[in-house]
Amino acid sequence: MSIEELSVDPGLAAPPRKSPLRKLSRDPQAVITSGLLLVLIVLGLLTPWIAPHDPNEAQLNAINAVPGTPGYPLGADQNGSDIASRLLHSINTSMIAGLIGASVALVIGVTFGLIGGYFGRRLRSATEWVFSLIMTFPGLLLLIVLMPVTKGDYRMTMLIFGVLLSPGIYRIVRNLVIGVKNELYVDAARVSGLSNLRILGRHVLFVVRGPIIIAAAFLAGSAISLQSGLAFLGVGSNLVPSFGAMIADGFTNLYVDPTQFIWPSVLLGTLTSSLVLLGNSLRDALEGVKLKPSKTAASKVAGSVKGPGEDGPADLLSVEDLVIAYPTPSGRLKEVVKSVTLNLRAGETLGLVGESGSGKTQTAFSILGVLPSEAVIVRGSIRLEGRELLGLREQDLRALRGREISYIPQEPMSNLDPSYTIGAQLVEGIRASARMSSADAKARVLALLARVGIQNPQRTFDSYPHQISGGMAQRVLIAGAVASRPKLLIADEPTTALDVTVQAEILDLIRDLQAELNMAVLLVTHNFGVVADICDRIAVMQDGQVVESGTALELFREPKHPYTQMLLGSILDEHTVRTDPPVPVAAAIGEKN
Amino acid sequence: MIIYALRRLGAGIVLALLVTMITFFLLSGSLESVARERLGSAATPESVKALMTKLGFNRPAIVQYLDWLGSVLTGNFGTSLFTSQPVAPAVASRLGVTLSLVVTALIITVIISVALGVWAATRGGVADKVSQALSLVGHVVPGLLIAIVLVAVLAVNMKLLPATGFTPFAQNPGKWAASITIPVIVLVIGGVASMAAQVRGSMIDELRKDYVRTLRTRGIPTRSIVLRHALRNAASPALTVLSLEFIQMLGGALIIENVFALPGYGQYAFNASLQGDIPIIMGITLFGVMLVVTVNLITDVANGWLNPKARIN
Amino acid sequence: MSTSLLDVTDLRVAFTGRGFRPKAIEVLHGVSLSIGEGETLGVVGESGSGKTTIGRAVLGLVKPSGGRITFRGADITHASPKDRRTLSKDIQVVFQDPYTSLNPSLTVGDTLSEPLVVQGATAGEARSRVQMLLDQVGLPRDAAERLPREFSGGQRQRVAIARALAPEPKLIVCDEPVSALDLSTQARVMDLLIDIQRRTGVAYLFVSHDLAVVRHISHRVSVVYKGDIVETGPAALVTSTPEHPYTQKLLLAAPIADPVEQEKRRAERHRLAELHREQHVQAGVA
Repeated sequence: MSIEELSVDPGLAAPPRKSPLRKLSRDPQAVITSGLLLVLIVLGLLTPWIAPHDPNEAQLNAINAVPGTPGYPLGADQNGSDIASRLLHSINTSMIAGLIGASVALVIGVTFGLIGGYFGRRLRSATEWVFSLIMTFPGLLLLIVLMPVTKGDYRMTMLIFGVLLSPGIYRIVRNLVIGVKNELYVDAARVSGLSNLRILGRHVLFVVRGPIIIAAAFLAGSAISLQSGLAFLGVGSNLVPSFGAMIADGFTNLYVDPTQFIWPSVLLGTLTSSLVLLGNSLRDALEGVKLKPSKTAASKVAGSVKGPGEDGPADLLSVEDLVIAYPTPSGRLKEVVKSVTLNLRAGETLGLVGESGSGKTQTAFSILGVLPSEAVIVRGSIRLEGRELLGLREQDLRALRGREISYIPQEPMSNLDPSYTIGAQLVEGIRASARMSSADAKARVLALLARVGIQNPQRTFDSYPHQISGGMAQRVLIAGAVASRPKLLIADEPTTALDVTVQAEILDLIRDLQAELNMAVLLVTHNFGVVADICDRIAVMQDGQVVESGTALELFREPKHPYTQMLLGSILDEHTVRTDPPVPVAAAIGEKN
Repeated sequence: MIIYALRRLGAGIVLALLVTMITFFLLSGSLESVARERLGSAATPESVKALMTKLGFNRPAIVQYLDWLGSVLTGNFGTSLFTSQPVAPAVASRLGVTLSLVVTALIITVIISVALGVWAATRGGVADKVSQALSLVGHVVPGLLIAIVLVAVLAVNMKLLPATGFTPFAQNPGKWAASITIPVIVLVIGGVASMAAQVRGSMIDELRKDYVRTLRTRGIPTRSIVLRHALRNAASPALTVLSLEFIQMLGGALIIENVFALPGYGQYAFNASLQGDIPIIMGITLFGVMLVVTVNLITDVANGWLNPKARIN
Repeated sequence: MSTSLLDVTDLRVAFTGRGFRPKAIEVLHGVSLSIGEGETLGVVGESGSGKTTIGRAVLGLVKPSGGRITFRGADITHASPKDRRTLSKDIQVVFQDPYTSLNPSLTVGDTLSEPLVVQGATAGEARSRVQMLLDQVGLPRDAAERLPREFSGGQRQRVAIARALAPEPKLIVCDEPVSALDLSTQARVMDLLIDIQRRTGVAYLFVSHDLAVVRHISHRVSVVYKGDIVETGPAALVTSTPEHPYTQKLLLAAPIADPVEQEKRRAERHRLAELHREQHVQAGVA
């Protein structure tokens, strides 16, 4: 398979990549939340100078003072302490709580994640055990239970909390490191002679950077929430001002003076929600925006659909002036199929040939009606036995799929549902296109599996996809496709992912089935050998257009279009061999100098 | 499959032992202050020492731990240092209250999250935006505040639901439901915030996979594809998040019990810790750990059932 | 007469399986081959044959469980990491996947200078050498400042080849270097590789599943089947008139880009398969 094909996703044609910092600066959510956080941090830092009173100072004559009382701008609580001062000091308490909790979790999690991910199996199972152990500790409960030990000191509590949170970070880092470790560029670095340390530092750490920053924001938010919760419950020293304690006090005084409750709630809410929202923005900026939902529905048809056109004698499939486009980030439409016309007769095989980006797969998908929801069919006509397919509703298309038109995909393994047995999936497919009892369907499936050359049909019926080989999986998919004796079979590079010996057998199978069922086959491929083996007629596509078409014999013997000629010329033929002898290095260097 | 479950159970039990051991060792440092607390105003250095000898506190920590472990294995969880009440039944009944709250909240969370997540993933557009907004609200507003606001409005102002107190299910199902309604709402809001986003994300990923397209080409109706195929595969990662959510809810329940005066696990733990009532603390820890182990075990087994590939590992 | 650069004798590689008590699965059952200076040895086989593992063992990415690998007379079978670092001057690699063999976050210049810096070059020396390398593989000089994602698959493969050439190696292991490329790009990259070999005298261990590709570039060819080498010989012979039945099967399975010729080949393949079936039945194999 040409991997180049994979990289061309028409809908997302290479959006210009902005640096994460720039993306953040344009995100209103990020800007506002970081602004708020900055304000709070500054207020906290300036507290020693701007707080009017000591936070624990209790004046009898100020009990439950209303906001605006001289000396008590936000009022005083039931102990006579100034609310404004307590708020300011609470900011610091929360900041420290967040800092300790997040840093401890990160330091432990990241270090062991790197070790556990990069180094061998034995080390990893040791770290796994330790972190499983930590995860088994029942969080909040433990913190309460350990009160006699921590004596309520919130810094100790946050330290322990950090330890309790570290398994989450460990897991994330470890998975990332394992993923990177198996990348080819790490192998290349090892072959280049880089030491493990350099590889960790240069290649691995970079990948881990982003998620750590994101996790830090969420961890800090969790720690602050937790510390407030504990303070609310009354865990911890009374002398440490915190939002939780203030909310608890405010709660008891809810009817005396509701503002006592509101101030700490608003500030706490702002603090934690800013951290969470900032974390989300960071995630979008560093990891890219997540995919949007894609509806499974018939594609939009923009232009007017042509009426019944001129079909040739006994044309089974007729595609005329088909234009498919995708919206670009800037909003314009980019055409990937630029007016394609082709037709196919019953029992005939048409090869649709091209390199990556030629639009051949898009054309095939449009016939089936399974283009991604972003696709727009600008204009054109696709007719099956004279009946127009474009503009049909999803349920009408569904009636055709699996019955009249069938499909064999390129990559067998990823096209089977990993959670169901082969038999279950095939039976479901059959019963979707024909009414029959499940017993009849099962019998039919077993017969089909035998027909496509599977040695032990019953065993394959009961197997899961991961238990069978690629070649067998492709046979299974072929069985599913021909079950209903379709008129048209669309095969999308059906042998590209297979070994050459298996490929030959699959092509034999397709040829046999075609003869038996008198199917028309539209074969999408980039391999001219496959085309020569099985196709009657050929259409060559380049950059969204059909540049040449004709019978197989004509095209191979006398290609007319320069692109076709170039492609045929690039094929490594049967007869070229190395005639020059090996040149030792010394001689070669002599030549260079 | 059975072997797999048994292995996980075995690992869980070992972990439980380690956790209780570590907890005990951490607590063993404060044994003296516990004794002093017990004696209250009658504490003198001699009486404290005498009490410590009587309770066996001056033995090496490991001996005390094994002693405790030994009695636990015979079903004896000891009695409270302060009230002489047997630990096991007290802890069990408190746990029952908390679980009735958390399990109810979890079930409702799952139902709402799956509905919301699937709806958002398949419809997109408005449905997607609504689900994202709800998630955001749930994350951003601390549960504590929601609890207090709901109490102020529904219970105190409108007098629809009781503000505090708990009625056991066995006693009066209707009143039980009323007494846990607001607490459950609070837990559900927080739970749905995480779970709905998770389900939505997993579903979007699944629906983009190759096999979904191939199923469409077989003519299988969209609803079957979404519910029987995509949802089942998306459930696996969502399940892991769910188990974490459950443990998170247990934590949240502790605070909720305090606000709503529910005689649950958290309250009990809190009071016991204040006093340093070691037998209760150990009992609570053990029950708590076993709960976590059980939840993890159920998650692993469910994952194994859902995901045939995971069974080999 | 070229002297033997690389000698592989009776190489065995086993992987430990997964699970509770893992069984060792042997993927190479004692393979032997040799490569002379400036020579290309093509190693051809299907998936699961172990051909990639041979290359990875030579590179030290996989530990042999038996046998010997000698390079320029020295035994490198169980080379230490320190030895490997010295070896990396002489043995390099070009991988199959141009999209994951380059670190996406490093510029082309950084990727190319990395092996040079490891060997002790200064920043200035590395920079000028990078320019030379880019010339050698036919890429523009400003490519050094750009990131991999700005290049096509074929261009990225050129960068990978440049990285392999950087330390002026004697042997490059090419692991399916053109399998992931478009038809037209394949031909160009193949020509580049041949050109480089003629100019610098580097040897290739060229691993591929494609007989036509292997034929184009190799002096000699070894055919791998399920962990054993079943045939070795001059490229012209092995790839047109092979002796071993598996090689014959492989050759006949590869379709020819000509309908008439392909029909003949298909008929011959069916004839051969029928022959084997009869032989099996006669031998009493169920």
